Amino acid sequence: MKKILCIGIILFLAFGVGLFATGSGEKEMPANPRIKMATTTSTENSGLLDYLLPVFKEKTGYSVDVIAVGTGAALELGAKGDVDVVFVHARSKEDEFVAAGNGINRKDVMHNDFVIIGPKSDPAGIKSMKDAAGALSRIATSEADFVSRGDKSGTHVKERELWKKAGIDPSGIWYKEAGQGMGAVIMMTNDMQGYTIADRGTYIAMRDKVDLVALVEGDPVLFNPYGIIAVNPEKYEHVNFEGAMALENWIVSEEGQSLIAAYKIKGDQLFYPDADK
Amino acid sequence: MESFGRAFQLIFSGNREVFTIVFTSLYISIISTGVTACLGIPAGILLHFNTFPFKRGLVAVINALLALPTVVVGLLVFSLISRSGPLGSLNILFSPWAIVMGQVVLSFPIMVSLVYSGLSKVDGRFYETLVTLGAKGRNVLAATLIEARFVILSAVLAGFGRVIGEVGVSMMLGGNIRWYTRTMTTSIALESSKGEFSQALALGVILVTIALLVNGIIHTLVKER
Repeated sequence: MKKILCIGIILFLAFGVGLFATGSGEKEMPANPRIKMATTTSTENSGLLDYLLPVFKEKTGYSVDVIAVGTGAALELGAKGDVDVVFVHARSKEDEFVAAGNGINRKDVMHNDFVIIGPKSDPAGIKSMKDAAGALSRIATSEADFVSRGDKSGTHVKERELWKKAGIDPSGIWYKEAGQGMGAVIMMTNDMQGYTIADRGTYIAMRDKVDLVALVEGDPVLFNPYGIIAVNPEKYEHVNFEGAMALENWIVSEEGQSLIAAYKIKGDQLFYPDADK
Repeated sequence: MESFGRAFQLIFSGNREVFTIVFTSLYISIISTGVTACLGIPAGILLHFNTFPFKRGLVAVINALLALPTVVVGLLVFSLISRSGPLGSLNILFSPWAIVMGQVVLSFPIMVSLVYSGLSKVDGRFYETLVTLGAKGRNVLAATLIEARFVILSAVLAGFGRVIGEVGVSMMLGGNIRWYTRTMTTSIALESSKGEFSQALALGVILVTIALLVNGIIHTLVKER
């Protein structure tokens, strides 16, 4: 009995080592076939990366380890040299990141927009408003529940920008700082039947699971561009710069861009390619 | 209730992703438990057989560390193995080995404490008898280990129970990377944040089953004594 157990354990371990070892494909493998990418929860929660990265792997042999956090945390991981590339959406923070020498070769990848979503009953009465900051101030005045990401993510940065524009420093029990990813915040908002601001990609991906509608959209200030930045190899020698650039170049290539444009959930396009400029 | 049905469907449909996640979880936790056992059992034994100044203080500290929050362990190990940290050159952050490292830190106090307290419950007359029979040093140790084997085993299983169910360390140090460091707990956190409750529940059912099995084994062993 003990022998059988021992053999079982050995087999289990051997199998596990095999599983952990990076795939031994037949095609030519890059020198360092693993890329660590820190990104925002929106690119992962919307399913975009699960759709793009297998194609990239097929083409180049690189497998990408996706660490999905907020934009703030992703840039922080890049600044510490813990990842090879960051894929984020907060232009002002991205420029700071590059200016500080943490990253190089920033490229525009795609954009979509933010939407203010809320319950169908719309207690704050913001439906179809064209001014996003005005809509937020109406939510504040009516003290309807508003869920904030509260995590320095790209969406949170945008939200703070809008509050600032509205001249309001939100506080009170109606303003809830969740400190969680986009998906979790949408779920919370749904439970409270409150309001939140979301990137359209994640909202579309989750639309069927929640009872929330897009109330305010189309204000130019809600524009949401995504950029990809390689971590500076001069600052961190160890980063997989070749891999990072391979990913950057592929994602802005015709193939990567047309795949992004073709990514749809129930007929709705989530992201619009940007790299042709 | 409907999602319960779908949960079981997922488990029995042989979904490759679910299988990989369960396997990764088990694999990482088993390695962590093994490493911790190699360190924690000897430490517990040493603690039992030696007297030194501040021993009671040390025991108190170890017992206090039983309540160590997983996110604190995650944070500590993160700052150690981050590229800008002292062990950054190991390059293990966001890999299964980073999780193992965190889980070892997490479960070490548990094993030391349980082995130590278990050994001290061995009847004092046991040693007297051994010594009367002429046993010395190594023999006493060997005999004690045999006598206390169930205590040690249940300490190991308790350590395993702690690491298989934790989420803080796995999330912070592993990064919840699909096909690589996504474990049952991080996956449950992710799926429920996406509103995919049936997938989350399926993994939850497996996790609870494993936890119950481990606890059942501990219970049986303790009873056997």
